Amino acid sequence: MQAQAPGSAGTASGRPDYRWKRPQFFTNPFVRWGVPIAGLAYLVWATSTLSINWNRVAAGIPRAGRIFSNAWPPDFSRSNLIISGFTESIQIALLATALGLLISVPIALLAAKNIMPRGLHWFGRGIIIVARSFHPVIVAIIFVKAVGLGPFAGVLTLTVYSLGFVGKLLAEAIEEIDEGQVEAMRATGAGFIKVLAYAVFPQILPRQVGLSIYQLDSNLRASAVVGVVGAGGIGGTLMNSFRRFDYDFALAILLLIIAIILVSEAISGRLRSGLS
Amino acid sequence: MIRDPSLQELKRYNWRRFTPAQRIGRYVAYLVTVIALVWTIRGLDIYWPWVWDSPAQMADLFGRMYPPDFTNMREILRVLMETINIATLATLMSLFFAIPTAYIAARNTSPHPALVWLGRFILVSSRSVNTIIWALLFVAIFGPGALAGVLAVAFRSVGFIGKLMAEAVEEIDPAQVEAMKATGAGPGKVLMYGIVPQVMPAFFAVTILRWDINIRESTVLGLVGAGGIGLILQGSIDMFAWRQVAAILIAIMVVVVLAEIVSAWLRGKVLD
Repeated sequence: MQAQAPGSAGTASGRPDYRWKRPQFFTNPFVRWGVPIAGLAYLVWATSTLSINWNRVAAGIPRAGRIFSNAWPPDFSRSNLIISGFTESIQIALLATALGLLISVPIALLAAKNIMPRGLHWFGRGIIIVARSFHPVIVAIIFVKAVGLGPFAGVLTLTVYSLGFVGKLLAEAIEEIDEGQVEAMRATGAGFIKVLAYAVFPQILPRQVGLSIYQLDSNLRASAVVGVVGAGGIGGTLMNSFRRFDYDFALAILLLIIAIILVSEAISGRLRSGLS
Repeated sequence: MIRDPSLQELKRYNWRRFTPAQRIGRYVAYLVTVIALVWTIRGLDIYWPWVWDSPAQMADLFGRMYPPDFTNMREILRVLMETINIATLATLMSLFFAIPTAYIAARNTSPHPALVWLGRFILVSSRSVNTIIWALLFVAIFGPGALAGVLAVAFRSVGFIGKLMAEAVEEIDPAQVEAMKATGAGPGKVLMYGIVPQVMPAFFAVTILRWDINIRESTVLGLVGAGGIGLILQGSIDMFAWRQVAAILIAIMVVVVLAEIVSAWLRGKVLD
């Protein structure tokens, strides 16, 4: 707020000349002006480096009209292709979620500071950081090269994706547990495994169940795209239809992906709110 | 007072972790899981010899990647910069669509109930289509290049930023809006002085978080021809230049981790 400066003239009535000023989000004036100026300079520079061919962009407008008119109405006639694609996607998502959840538990234990000796937890954390850094599609192309085209590469990809996300949040949940129960178990003379089974796992179980429902939903979304690089599922069917300019079939697949994601999101949201 | 159990009763009493009903519930859950997994494994078109062979294949692949080959570092850094630029420009661009959509999708600010549904429809459609699929569409329309990538990332971000902003707008304190109205302020002033200051921290936090996610998303755009580092990644894989692939993967990881650190730091600054 504007304090009354000693030199500033008071009004005739003797009250200080107080004028309200809108509080600013950035209190530092250098930051307040620096951010937009730097932002604008960046915008101009970054746009200039992208080397956009404006003629090609202009040609895109009528082309978009053609694509959309070809896409309408969506063509659901090849339903066997659609059904087998979606079934495969759902199966990839299910198997990857199960494997990912299974592996995420030991990894999360490895990464938790209160379970592992200090320093050693960086090993578990390193695995989680690597798994989380790469977009599933990048992981998928590597696995496709290593184990061949098909759903197995997709399962491996989404397993890595799940263990990164679930492992991170589970490790955080383990670090937040109540140490009293751990100590109580130790006081009875229980070994490491029993401490885990009776003092650690019961405390993180609700979190893990919530995470697994969430992860199943995310894996279902991701399973629709790993197919783009040949890792099985509906993504491959979608990619092929795009490559063949089969836009009405592509639109049908796209609409079904959206519908399935909405249904899965609604179920997952309902289940998770029921848990808490 | 509860009567102390007699020794006889204590002997009969056997501590169990779960009640019978809980136990049955657990068995049913296990059974459903096992059935789902069996259905999945039998249904998936998996060629098992490849599965058993896969550890050897992976070891071979990672062996070929070592040591990483950084001789093309200049080129890698250039496309990495392009990737960051795509993510940043797309985040900024998405704000132009996300803010008005959030405004009409939030129940307390929307001018008309029908617009709430229109806004939500826009947000849901943007969110349900993955960035890669948006990229396929924009590459088909505008041809391969970074522009398609920027548009793809921006179109996916509108749903994310718009949804979270609409929720932030719905959670504001209505008293401040009412106070502004009581002074006779018009809708523009109510927005500027009653609503905007309340959602400012959420706005910056959400935008920065999405920028961080967009960096990760932009690394794969090149695989469908939409610019960024994915293009040379695909090229190196196709040429079996595995040591260069390793260098690119390391570069991606460094940038993604740095972006996450920067984003967490900025969000911490904005939110307190």
